[in-house]
Amino acid sequence: MIGRIHSLETFGTVDGPGIRFILFMQGCALKCQYCHNRDTWDLKGGKEMTLEEVLSEIEPYLNYYRSSGGGLTVSGGEPTLQGEFVKELFTAVKERWNLHTTLDTNGINDPNKLAGLYDVTDLFLLDIKHINNEKHMDLVGVPNLRVLETARWLSDHGKKMWIRHVFVPTKNDDEQDLLDLGRFIGRLNGVEKIDILPYHQMGIYKWEALGEKYPLEGVPSPTDEEVERAKRLIEQGRQEAQQQGA
Amino acid sequence: MSVMEKNQTETQNAWRGFQAGKWQKHVDVRDFIHANIASYTGDEAFLAGPTQDTKDLWDIVSQLSKEERERGGVWDVDVNTPSTIVSHQPGYLDKDKEKVVGVQTDAPFRRSLQPFGGIKMMIDACKAYGFEVPAEIVDMFTNIRKTHNQGVFDAYTTEMRLARRSGVITGLPDAYGRGRIIGDYRRAALYGIDYLIEEKKRDLLDMELDHLDQDLIRDREETSEQIRALQELKQMAQMHGFDMAKPANNAREAFQWVYFAYLAAIKEQNGAAMSLGRVSSFLDIYVERDLKEGALTEQEAQELVDHFIMKLRIVKFLRTPDYNELFSGDPTWVTESIGGMAVDGKALVTKNSFRFLHSLYNLGPAPEPNLTVLWSEQLPEAFKKFCARVSIETSSIQYENDDLMRPIYGDDYGIACCVSAMRIGKQMQFFGARANLAKCLLYAINGGKDEKSGVQVGPEYPAITSDVLDYDEVIKRFKQMMEWLAKLYMNTLNVIHFMHDKYSYERIEMALHDREILRTMACGIAGLSVAADSLSAIKYAKVKPIRNEQGIAVDFEVEGEFPCYGNNDDRVDNIAVELVETFMNMIRKHKAYRNALPTQSVLTITSNVVYGKKTGTTPDGRKAGEPFAPGANPMHGRDKKGALASLNSVAKLPYEHSLDGISNTFSIVPKALGKDGDIRKSNLVSMMDGYFHNGAHHLNVNVFDREQLLDAMEHPENYPQLTIRVSGYAVNFIKLTREQQLDVIHRTFHSSM
Repeated sequence: MIGRIHSLETFGTVDGPGIRFILFMQGCALKCQYCHNRDTWDLKGGKEMTLEEVLSEIEPYLNYYRSSGGGLTVSGGEPTLQGEFVKELFTAVKERWNLHTTLDTNGINDPNKLAGLYDVTDLFLLDIKHINNEKHMDLVGVPNLRVLETARWLSDHGKKMWIRHVFVPTKNDDEQDLLDLGRFIGRLNGVEKIDILPYHQMGIYKWEALGEKYPLEGVPSPTDEEVERAKRLIEQGRQEAQQQGA
Repeated sequence: MSVMEKNQTETQNAWRGFQAGKWQKHVDVRDFIHANIASYTGDEAFLAGPTQDTKDLWDIVSQLSKEERERGGVWDVDVNTPSTIVSHQPGYLDKDKEKVVGVQTDAPFRRSLQPFGGIKMMIDACKAYGFEVPAEIVDMFTNIRKTHNQGVFDAYTTEMRLARRSGVITGLPDAYGRGRIIGDYRRAALYGIDYLIEEKKRDLLDMELDHLDQDLIRDREETSEQIRALQELKQMAQMHGFDMAKPANNAREAFQWVYFAYLAAIKEQNGAAMSLGRVSSFLDIYVERDLKEGALTEQEAQELVDHFIMKLRIVKFLRTPDYNELFSGDPTWVTESIGGMAVDGKALVTKNSFRFLHSLYNLGPAPEPNLTVLWSEQLPEAFKKFCARVSIETSSIQYENDDLMRPIYGDDYGIACCVSAMRIGKQMQFFGARANLAKCLLYAINGGKDEKSGVQVGPEYPAITSDVLDYDEVIKRFKQMMEWLAKLYMNTLNVIHFMHDKYSYERIEMALHDREILRTMACGIAGLSVAADSLSAIKYAKVKPIRNEQGIAVDFEVEGEFPCYGNNDDRVDNIAVELVETFMNMIRKHKAYRNALPTQSVLTITSNVVYGKKTGTTPDGRKAGEPFAPGANPMHGRDKKGALASLNSVAKLPYEHSLDGISNTFSIVPKALGKDGDIRKSNLVSMMDGYFHNGAHHLNVNVFDREQLLDAMEHPENYPQLTIRVSGYAVNFIKLTREQQLDVIHRTFHSSM
């Protein structure tokens, strides 16, 4: 079994609980304007690694991951594009080391076709980029219907998830959108956490290195106040939905 | 009552309430600690803030520090009075407010002349800062009283001088005090000086043997000097209004006695590192007794600690700007070892361990004293978390692996300088700086010719002349050159330490040691990661030397990829491991002065910048003049698999072949430790548990953003106390040279997000 790997990080602490091994898969079908890993898009890039090679990269650090309540996170790129490989990987780390597994996904791919992978995934980091379908099209190039479908699928199947939302001033800071996003999340089960990730410009150099024009040129990172406002609005929407549901 | 009876009564009174033990029969501080320590497993909630007096005193220190900076780095020098234990009248910050008194001269921040290590350093340092040593003192220490420095240069061979100039061996303590000796300053408090003098006098009687050979004559002379120094210490205390003849009677006296003993040492010696030892948990026993007797409150206990620490922060030596360039800022390495476990499984963590670390809040962060936590997986969890918090918030502490050192040194050792463990009062070292392995590799390639000057420094072995470097050939030549270097290095150190014992003997520090001690000859290596990566490039890629008209390889063309040290890749990590072991075994072949046990460190202090400057382009792609990585660190930016892979590579280096310590400096941005405070603390604790579990020796932990450092470079006035860990110690960032600041900023910051 061969995977296309962009890179790896032995000490990840923000993509799931505890200290984690982060495997960045190569290849993504979306074209998010704010992408800070632009170099992971190309489906033919990265380097090929066998399942065993990846496993041997993880093994030396198991004591760190175990003692901190951490585990393995597969990110990217978009890991579900190599769903079979990730499924085998998750299955192996569970069988061998009983490791906690996390999948960082955009949720674009059909969950019914990925059920095997989702079965061996303990936690999902589901990235909802925009709640408004038209604006989603504009921001990342495709509709958000499948993303929302994935969210509901995970909710229906009793999965645990952290919802992630990259917050970009001028792109997804509209009050109504933020409230709607909160309402959508409020109707889901299994959401343990909502991560608002303030947009940052640290990935610009990667676009430049590839000779690409950076689509969000001139868009500033949000201020702390703006981030707080976004969190407040999402939380407000979430509570509304939960009260309606109850 | 006779004098003797009176003394006994006073001693019994000073020891009231302590658990009896063999420590009462003869000097045995460890036994006292183990009989009386109150291990503390709780958290930091009990700690008290600074008192008004503490704040007022710290304001004075801050003001003096500011003035010192404005005056170019030195506030004042007493050029007229060579420093001895009793040379100066007492000086104070504010006599009425200080709970612990005494400074090195008659005023704080006024530096003294310490010429016994070398008058030249004093003359040059004075000149650099706008002072002048009077002619009669220059004459005294040039023509009348010989110094260590002069002795060394009388005996240095031609080859030693060449090697020293080229930088293949550097940082040698041949022009000032060698340092790295820790007196057991606790003995002064527990026993009083009269008791210690009596023991030393008995030693002298025991050394009246039939045949007085050279060694015994030296021992007798040294012991007599030790007794004299102890008497001077008593006299110095008297000048401050204290009677140190008897043991300390309460906590305040215990802090004061320990400090006076240390003060005597730094008045007598300007050693490169003047470390304190392991005093906090010892002093805790006195604090606990006072608290029980109702003689002290928690706030007063913290005040004692804060005032004690304040004194350790303002230790000053007169040194040349060159020296400061080598070591960054104005370091003194007042290293205090905190925590650790006892052999019987008891934690040696006390409330004082917390109080010492808490001074970083009460007084703000600072590089000195060099607070060193002896880390064990068995340490109480609350203490581990507190340490992690302090690291995250102040970047001012370093960690060393107690589980690794305890089986070798027992449970009453301390760290001298950065990473050198030694049993307190039972062991000392001959500090040996370091040999430059990266440069040695270039000598191997170039047949012993220096790549920068073209001078034949090493032996004229055949140079490598092939178009592409062949790994086996390079290794063969490299090992020959390392053999030469190890021999020359040991001989050089033997000269230095022979002369230091002769002309600048550490009387008071050695008076606070047992008669029979273990001496180590502490060699060291620099450029380990450069050498390992270079060999990896030669082995796994294609390296073509570019030679100048003299035939010296001055640049290298590298084709293809090669594994770099710092990625937990055995292909290159094993090369690094083998270099450490090989060089150590070469050092072991040579006889060390005074039958010292040869050891080695992988530590550069901050001289990695200067070593880099003195070393030409290397086959790993590092250009001439570029800094080395510090200590055992992977080269900047070459560790590409994240923090744990980098830590694992370093953890592979064999401590048994590097008993003088293996330094690793780790920088991480706060966000990369986790999203919030609690998570960051527990992640850092897990990280250190895992790293040390893997057998690693040392870790400096820095937690800050690169942007903060860039801002501090632009606006130093806003960051008077910004402290960063460098290589086994900490420095005040704004005191670094611009080059050093840039070096720190260019280091790998683990920042995965």
